[in-house]
Amino acid sequence: MVIVGAGPAGVRCAEALVHAGVRPIVIDEAEQPGGQVYRQPPTGRARRSSAIYGFEAKKAVSIHRAIGDAGARIDYRPGTLVWNVYGDGLDLLTREGSRQQRFDRLVLATGAMDRALPFPGWTLPGVFTLGGAQIALKAQGVAIGRRVALVGAGPLLPLVAHQYANAGVDVVAVLDTTDFAAKRAQLSGLCASAGTLAKGLWYTTRNRLRGLVVRYGVRSLRATGAGRVEALAWREASGEECSVACDAVGASFGLRSEAQLAELAGCRFAFAAAARQWLPEKTPEGRSSVAGVYLAGDGARIGGADVAELQGRRAALAVLEDLGLTVNRGERESLDRALARQARFRRALDAAYPFPGHLLDAVGDDEIVCRCEGVTAAALRQAARDHAAVDINRVKALTRIGMGRCQGRVCGEVAAELLARACGSDLERVGRLRGQPPVKPIPIVASAP
Amino acid sequence: MSESLRVDVTIIGGGIAGCAAAVALRKARLTVALLDKSLCGAAASGVNFGGVRQQGRDLAELPIARRARPLWDGLNERLGEDVEFEATGHLKLARSDADMAQLERYAQDAAAHGLRLELLGTGALRSRAPWLGAGVTGASLCAEDGQANPRKVGPAFARLARRLGADVREHEAVRSATRGGAGFETRTDRLEVKSRFLVNCAGVGAGEVARWFGEDVPLRPLVPNMLVTEPLPFFIDRSIGVCGGGVYLRQIARGNAILGGGGGWGDADCSRSRPATATSLAAMASAIALVPALAGSLVIRTWAGIDGAMPDHIPVLGFSATTPDLVHAFGFSGHGFQLGPIVGEIIAELLTEGRSLSPLAPFAIERFAGATAAPCAPVDVDA
Amino acid sequence: MAGLFQRAIDQGGAAVALTIDGEAVQAQQGDLLITAILLHRESLRRFEFGAGSRAGFCLMAACQDCWVRLADGRRLRACSTPVEAGMAVIIEGARPG
Repeated sequence: MVIVGAGPAGVRCAEALVHAGVRPIVIDEAEQPGGQVYRQPPTGRARRSSAIYGFEAKKAVSIHRAIGDAGARIDYRPGTLVWNVYGDGLDLLTREGSRQQRFDRLVLATGAMDRALPFPGWTLPGVFTLGGAQIALKAQGVAIGRRVALVGAGPLLPLVAHQYANAGVDVVAVLDTTDFAAKRAQLSGLCASAGTLAKGLWYTTRNRLRGLVVRYGVRSLRATGAGRVEALAWREASGEECSVACDAVGASFGLRSEAQLAELAGCRFAFAAAARQWLPEKTPEGRSSVAGVYLAGDGARIGGADVAELQGRRAALAVLEDLGLTVNRGERESLDRALARQARFRRALDAAYPFPGHLLDAVGDDEIVCRCEGVTAAALRQAARDHAAVDINRVKALTRIGMGRCQGRVCGEVAAELLARACGSDLERVGRLRGQPPVKPIPIVASAP
Repeated sequence: MSESLRVDVTIIGGGIAGCAAAVALRKARLTVALLDKSLCGAAASGVNFGGVRQQGRDLAELPIARRARPLWDGLNERLGEDVEFEATGHLKLARSDADMAQLERYAQDAAAHGLRLELLGTGALRSRAPWLGAGVTGASLCAEDGQANPRKVGPAFARLARRLGADVREHEAVRSATRGGAGFETRTDRLEVKSRFLVNCAGVGAGEVARWFGEDVPLRPLVPNMLVTEPLPFFIDRSIGVCGGGVYLRQIARGNAILGGGGGWGDADCSRSRPATATSLAAMASAIALVPALAGSLVIRTWAGIDGAMPDHIPVLGFSATTPDLVHAFGFSGHGFQLGPIVGEIIAELLTEGRSLSPLAPFAIERFAGATAAPCAPVDVDA
Repeated sequence: MAGLFQRAIDQGGAAVALTIDGEAVQAQQGDLLITAILLHRESLRRFEFGAGSRAGFCLMAACQDCWVRLADGRRLRACSTPVEAGMAVIIEGARPG
């Protein structure tokens, strides 16, 4: 019984299994539990949890403690990368090199990463993702710069702006690439999770009260600088062109699921139009298309930390049922109701922050699409033209997009969007980049005994 | 069945051989329909190691390999795209006296075919390739061998074939092919193609096509396991192989090192392949032993190629033994890449003149007469 | 030299000595290698396929932009590796290709 990931989903899953007398193995790449949302500072850098996690401090601490509290009832393997799934086993990279781990049942709780979209200057030193900007502060107590511009298309934006301003950093711009009207229109739906809505409003209000430059409906981003970012320009909803001097930018536009292990495990994928990503098929309880493989949390579809906790617990119940063990019906039904409520909120949230496709419409020919390999949009468009390529894997073969160290994590979905636009296809038809092991780079010396 | 075609030649399989044949046949003014089950060049042609190599081939292959070699020099111009061919030279390494003796024998035999190989002792090798590890005692260098980008060659040939007027159909898996009084009828889910000639270059699926015409051959899938590193400073300026096979590597101009050796996993129906961890780890260890400076690098991807292999490691190339006007070109056993362009010419020769300029007797399908079709279990890979 | 990052919440901590391109700099116990470098520098590595440099991007071990090379040949992902005393980071090294 193996769980991959010690974020909210993985931890709650482990906890629920322990509660039922099952001893799970929990494998996590990081040295401490928490995932990214509740990422802990390294030992020696600890701070008051309310200072780091704000309103979520209690949840964060609870997640941090759960594995330790279970003691020997969980076989916890931190600092361990799962780089491959094959049949009934996992390939691991530990401090001692490559190892293997068999499993009978596998729960994948692999989380998400920021969704990055290209804009002029996005590869300049000093341009990080919005989530990256938050992690710098959360895990290291550092800001990504002294004069920081923040750009987003989701509820993370007002939160990070608040956290940075609270830490005394000069936040020079808070740019939302989605329209304010979209949020207003979703107000009643967002009330499905009144607490979350209230927190969001609180951050937004605090930011305004601080006099931060907050803009909605931002278009046409451009970062400029010689050797590092020095300014960020944009077009306002009114059409006016603006810019600020800055020495760092934190910019990303929602989240994307890290589903590479699900793919290697043989899970069937389906195109999810709302997420604009191919995602592993999943029942509401968390069963994948492969018997014995379960999915929970943002790694299967974006739902946020609270949903991840619920899904972790719910997947544990599915495992227990499949093991033939009794499951508390009341608990199961209560979880299902909570998940349904969260789903309503999620739909409203997604509608309040619609995908900023206008940024992709604006991608010029000499824009870098693949950061790792330095491949431009021009190369993608030429492949689409000269080879009538309508398949993203063919474009990869011809242009090298997705062949770098990140193996398409950052550029894969963006390239698919641009290809769909270039060949006049819909996003689903261009397909998705096929994954192969290792899901992250492994040192060639991992082979040494 | 929604569409009917009538052409002179139907080609099953859009790898390099099939597409090169389409090009050559169009030059000879025959009408051509080419059918590929997926995208042209996506199977063996697209996921192989990329070695453009004469050295080390079975002597029976050397005449056609020699004939193929000049085609690589002018390929960019002919295809209208950069397929990244570079004559970096191929070094076949000896790690024992017995290995060296084998290289010496081969060099003599190869010379009779016009292939010049330079034998290097330990000292010469150390000064010419200082990045080789201890344990390498000598080598045979074929200076005119090299490497190219397999992902580009197949699609480029397909594009040229289309430009020359071949009807190239992708995502058209051939379900059946028969021969009647009026010639061949080849069927996919959506097409029915009537033709005078049929060419079977269906790669790992070619055995089944041969079976449709009563020719059982022991073709088995080959799944060469491969890895690629992150980009590194360029220093491995030769393509590398070893006596006995087992590991091969090359570094591309952009800096990634591509390593291979051993077999991955093939699907039960021979259609998909996956890398095998134990094989990958072994190849990583072998690569570090051969080139110690690779030790500081990251492996970023592994994959397995898919090819068709014959028990004697040389292809089936030539007319069918049972059916007139049918030409087979398959079973390239993991080393068809360099031959692809000439195989296309040879197929065209056979169809237009009834014979080839090249000696094809060793590749006759008749050598397997009486053999039964092999199970789908992949063979052990040897480079 | 001022780097990209700045300490927003200085908790102090034991000093950790490292070098960047041979120059001695100080970090603190608990700093990740990316923090240790970017407090003093504006980049982590030269980009292989064009002008300019890279300084990391996602900070969560996903984008693989922040791999650095140490003088002893080790490859480390800076955003997921704690800094250790004696690390000798090479940024302005030879370019591939």
